Amino acid sequence: MAETHSLQDLHQPVASSKVFIQRDYSSGIICKFQTKFPSELDLRLTKQQFEETIQTLNNLYAEAEKLGGESYLEGCLACMTAYTIFLCMETHYEKVLKKIARYIKDQNEKIFAPSGLLLTDPIERGLRVVEITIFEDRSIGSGR
Amino acid sequence: MKNCEYQQIEPQALPTPAPTPPPPPHHGNDTDKKKESKRPRRKWEVFPGKNRFCCDGRIMVARQSGVLPLTLGLILVTSVLFFIFDCPFLVKHLTSCIPAIGGVLFVFVVITLLQTSFTDPGILPRATPEEAADIERQIDNTGNTSYRPPPRTKEVLINQQVVKLKYCFTCKMFRPPRTSHCSLCDNCVERFDHHCPWVGNCVGKRNYRFFYTFIVSLSFLTAFIFGCVTTHLALRAQGGKGLVFALQESPGSAVELVICFFSVWSILGLSGFHTYLVASNLTTNEDIKGSWSGKSGEDVTNPYSHKNIFINCCSVLCAPIPPSLIDRRGFLPADESVQTGGAAIELAAKSEINVCTQGTKGLLESAALSPLLSTSCPQGKPQTAHPCSDNSPAVNSDPSPELSKSCGSHHTTRSHGNTSRSKKCKQAALHIPNPAFEASFSPNPPDSDPGSKASGCKGTSFNPLH
Repeated sequence: MAETHSLQDLHQPVASSKVFIQRDYSSGIICKFQTKFPSELDLRLTKQQFEETIQTLNNLYAEAEKLGGESYLEGCLACMTAYTIFLCMETHYEKVLKKIARYIKDQNEKIFAPSGLLLTDPIERGLRVVEITIFEDRSIGSGR
Repeated sequence: MKNCEYQQIEPQALPTPAPTPPPPPHHGNDTDKKKESKRPRRKWEVFPGKNRFCCDGRIMVARQSGVLPLTLGLILVTSVLFFIFDCPFLVKHLTSCIPAIGGVLFVFVVITLLQTSFTDPGILPRATPEEAADIERQIDNTGNTSYRPPPRTKEVLINQQVVKLKYCFTCKMFRPPRTSHCSLCDNCVERFDHHCPWVGNCVGKRNYRFFYTFIVSLSFLTAFIFGCVTTHLALRAQGGKGLVFALQESPGSAVELVICFFSVWSILGLSGFHTYLVASNLTTNEDIKGSWSGKSGEDVTNPYSHKNIFINCCSVLCAPIPPSLIDRRGFLPADESVQTGGAAIELAAKSEINVCTQGTKGLLESAALSPLLSTSCPQGKPQTAHPCSDNSPAVNSDPSPELSKSCGSHHTTRSHGNTSRSKKCKQAALHIPNPAFEASFSPNPPDSDPGSKASGCKGTSFNPLH
């Protein structure tokens, strides 16, 4: 009788639940996420690590949306060229979004993945939530 | 017959797993489906809102863009007549700067109009099934989903001002502040100003500055052409020749005069109104509803205003433009496009029937069920958000899957060619009473402009959904 293996024999992390960190609108409509530590992550992550990650994300989004000399200059230049300049130039916001994507990848590799978590870039959720997927590692032996 | 003994065959004993045979009536569709599912689909093809996409998702407009050609036509006709009839005379008698200024203004107007029409106004993608379930879990303590729950609101404090966030039943999320659901486009739009039929799109966070530049430059252009035409006719009528003689010599000027005379007041009025809105960091929606004007007697102030006209103007017009959140040219994850065959069709059909027969109740149930569906057979958010349009490729025997790639097509064209089942489904989906409708009835440019445009705006905006 040939040995049969089922997929469940393989070590395959299964997403067991997702935690959603909602937006914090107390400072207006700028992109900011709540830093309240969710209880589901209690065993996987320290409160400090979590808060640091969210706070850094908040700071990066604040930088993207900042009203300053550079953004005014970009806006005025764009207006004078009837906004056609955006066809060839990357906006300030897009540059910071790339920075955010790199930071999230970095955090996933260093902190989240070793704890069986995955941080999803909020831009993939329309900047509504920070989604953290909790994986359960199921390893069922096939009777070897 | 004694040797007819039936034995249960253990599935594990089979040497090779038998592939699930496709059910015969669906055989043709299934083969088509597999071929189609191998082609990676872009996200615009499964977009649940009522938008049209051209050029493989690069350009988007609202479904009802009927008046945009009229707007473009009026601008083009007036400008072309100006360059043909008035410019030669004025260059000869006055200065050659006139066609130069006219040309610059015309180019500005057309570019900003097209940008307003074709830019994503700030559409918020709908909540994923998991998010929707999470929110439902948090607020639905009674567990009773057999009737539509009362409208849900959440209060937040923004700059010491209490702001109510409403729950959007269509998009299944609490709308961020200043976000409103446009019933014509069926999308939640950030910093929703209004749905402008003349531009054929919503005006929101991402395209407000284009819209503002458009109306300001259009008012300059209209006033400029009006002034030039008047000067032209006055110069021709000099020496006792009379206005009639002048009009006979330059008939195009008469047309321009009529168009410009009737439109300059409303456009100037609109520009003035929007300049006031920009300076006080308000949206048309908020102004019409009187959200921050203290009509209710309470001490309310606009929490978004920076209390400084210059900073308000800069933040509205010169702030960094956020990117489009709907990622229309992104590809759907491979597992979603592959799994649109086989069992997924049945599951999709089941969820479609839910929506059709139960309307709102079905939507709420599917939101609750979808976490189960997504774990067993991931289909992604478009399946539950808009089962009709997503299911239509499965049932559709349209001859041209390539049609979706060509310019001018949009995802709803597939559903038009469909069976009556999906038509009923579409009607059911449209007739779902939407409290968001009262909240965000997409106000038009206000009554301050007396011209025919106001009635035109109102007429087109309240067209019944079809």
